[in-house]
Formats: sequence, structure tokens, C-alpha cells
Amino acid sequence: MAAKSSSAAKPVAGPRALNDAGTVSATSVAASLDRIIHERLRLAIVSALSVNPVLTFAELKRVLATTDGNLSVHSRKLEDAGYIAVEKKFEGRVPRTEYRLTGAGRAALERYLTHMEALIRASRPDKKA
Amino acid sequence: MGAVRPIRSTAAPIGLHDQAMDNLRFIRDAMENAGSFTAVPGVGGILVGATAFFAAFAAHLSSGSRAWLAVWIGEAFLALAIGLGFSARKARRAGNALLSRSFHRFVFAMAPPIAAGAVITIMLNGAGLIHFLPAVWLLLYGAGVACGGAFSVRAVPVMGLCFLLLGAIAAVTPAAWADALLALGFGGFHLVFGWIIARHYGG
Repeated sequence: MAAKSSSAAKPVAGPRALNDAGTVSATSVAASLDRIIHERLRLAIVSALSVNPVLTFAELKRVLATTDGNLSVHSRKLEDAGYIAVEKKFEGRVPRTEYRLTGAGRAALERYLTHMEALIRASRPDKKA
Repeated sequence: MGAVRPIRSTAAPIGLHDQAMDNLRFIRDAMENAGSFTAVPGVGGILVGATAFFAAFAAHLSSGSRAWLAVWIGEAFLALAIGLGFSARKARRAGNALLSRSFHRFVFAMAPPIAAGAVITIMLNGAGLIHFLPAVWLLLYGAGVACGGAFSVRAVPVMGLCFLLLGAIAAVTPAAWADALLALGFGGFHLVFGWIIARHYGG
């Protein structure tokens, strides 16, 4: 554990720091993960929105095969973090909730992917020996 | 105490490695599942619909079966170019190469019926039976769209089914209706479903 360990809750360690993964331990990389999108359903929401400019609540629910309650709770957390933007409107009399990924959300996903790659490099089983 | 460290250092990295790999797979799957929502370009569909109306009009005014066939074959190539171009544009705008994978899946599912349509067109033209072509085109295009859109938004397979239905109608109606039915299918259906996709599924 020679590497500096950051306080972990926030996505502070940037890709640049992690690109030196050869000198950074896998544990410290794991500790700097963005906890907001590390959770599975939130990660799935962000991933789905990264390839769709807009998805409605019903579409997200279908794509992610989840329940109304779960989707509401986790999308709210992402909205609070500024990772997704939510717009509620009506189509005729039918309410329609639309979700979009924000710039911060896209950056967070890219950062998370970089973290994962760094983690894989740093903890590759054949690296030790 | 010294014996504890190796146990930790061998167990932890392997678990993290597997977890990270699993996370990346999970992200890819989530993107792929959701990507099929928008791989088909709505705006491209609208444009194809508009050109098909012009083609139907030009084909109706054309003199002779060779000119008629040339107009529709030209329209097919134009529609192909528009479709591919707008799909690439849509994938680029979504900012993720994984979207293009969904589009590839759509294209590969559509390719066999379209290829079959090309071969049957050559056969029927050679046999002087081009009055069968509108029904064949509508049926095979419908089959391709219905198959290719099986994992996409509902609008895409529904469009395929509409083409199949229209193809069945074209098979039993007089040849004089051919251009009107082709205009309704390749023009009208593309315009309507293209608009739905463009409006609700990201362009």
C-alpha cells in the first residue's frame, strides 16, 4: 500500500492519475471509484443514456428490466448528483418523464471506464509473479 | 505477521480484476440493450420517404417497363445511401461507437431478404414478369425491417409488418395500382414511422 490513498466517497482521482496505474495499487484505484455510478442500476441508467439522447421512464424501465420504485430512487440519486437531467411533461393527458445524460454524467461515465481499465491493468493476475 | 501479507495481496487483486471485467461487460451490455432503441435513423427515414414519393411520380410518368424499373432501382440505391449516411450520423451524434454495433445487427438481419429481393428482381425482369415486383419488394423489405427491428423500438417491427400487409395487398390488386402502393409504402410508411422515430428516439 505504498500509494497515496484518497478519501474515497467522491470521484476525485482523475484519469491522469490513474494512467500511471503501473505505480498505483489496485486497491487505491478501487477506493477512488465514483460511488454514485458504481451501484449497478445507476451504472446501467447512465450507460443506457450514454447511447440515447433521450429515454422515457417507461423505456428505461423496459431496457433495464427493473421496477418503478427502483428506477425512481436511483434516477433521483443521479439527478441530485447532476449526472442526469429529468424533464416531466404531458403528451395529451399522459404524463411523460424524459431522462438525458448531462455533461457531468458523461464525464463521470468516462472517468468510471478509465478507472475500470486502470483497475484491470493494476490487478492483472499475470502481473505479479 | 509476515505470512498475512502474501495471502491478502494474492486474493484481493484477482477479485478486483474479475470485478472490473464484469463491470465493463455490464456497461457494454446495458449500452447494447439500450442502443437498439436509436440505431434506426428517423430523419433518414423521412428523407427516404420524400424521395420515394418523387420516385413513384417519376415511375408513373415513365414510358416503358425498363424506365420504370430504372427509376425504382435508382431510388433503392439512393435510399440505401441515405439510410447508411444518416445511421452513421446518428451513431456519431450519440457519441458512442457501441451504437453502431446495434445498427450493424439491424443491417445484417435486413441483408438476406434484401439480397433475395435483388435476385428475384433480376429473375422476374428476365422472365418479363415485372408486374410482380411491387409485391415482392414490399414483402421482402417488410420481412427485412420486421426481422431487423425485432429487438428495436416497437415502431420498427410495426413498420415491417405494415410493409408485409401492403405487399400482400399488392399481390392481389391490379398492376395499375403498383406505383400508388409503392408510394404509400416506401413513401408514406417511411415518412410516418421516420417521424415517430425522429421525434421519440433521438433523431
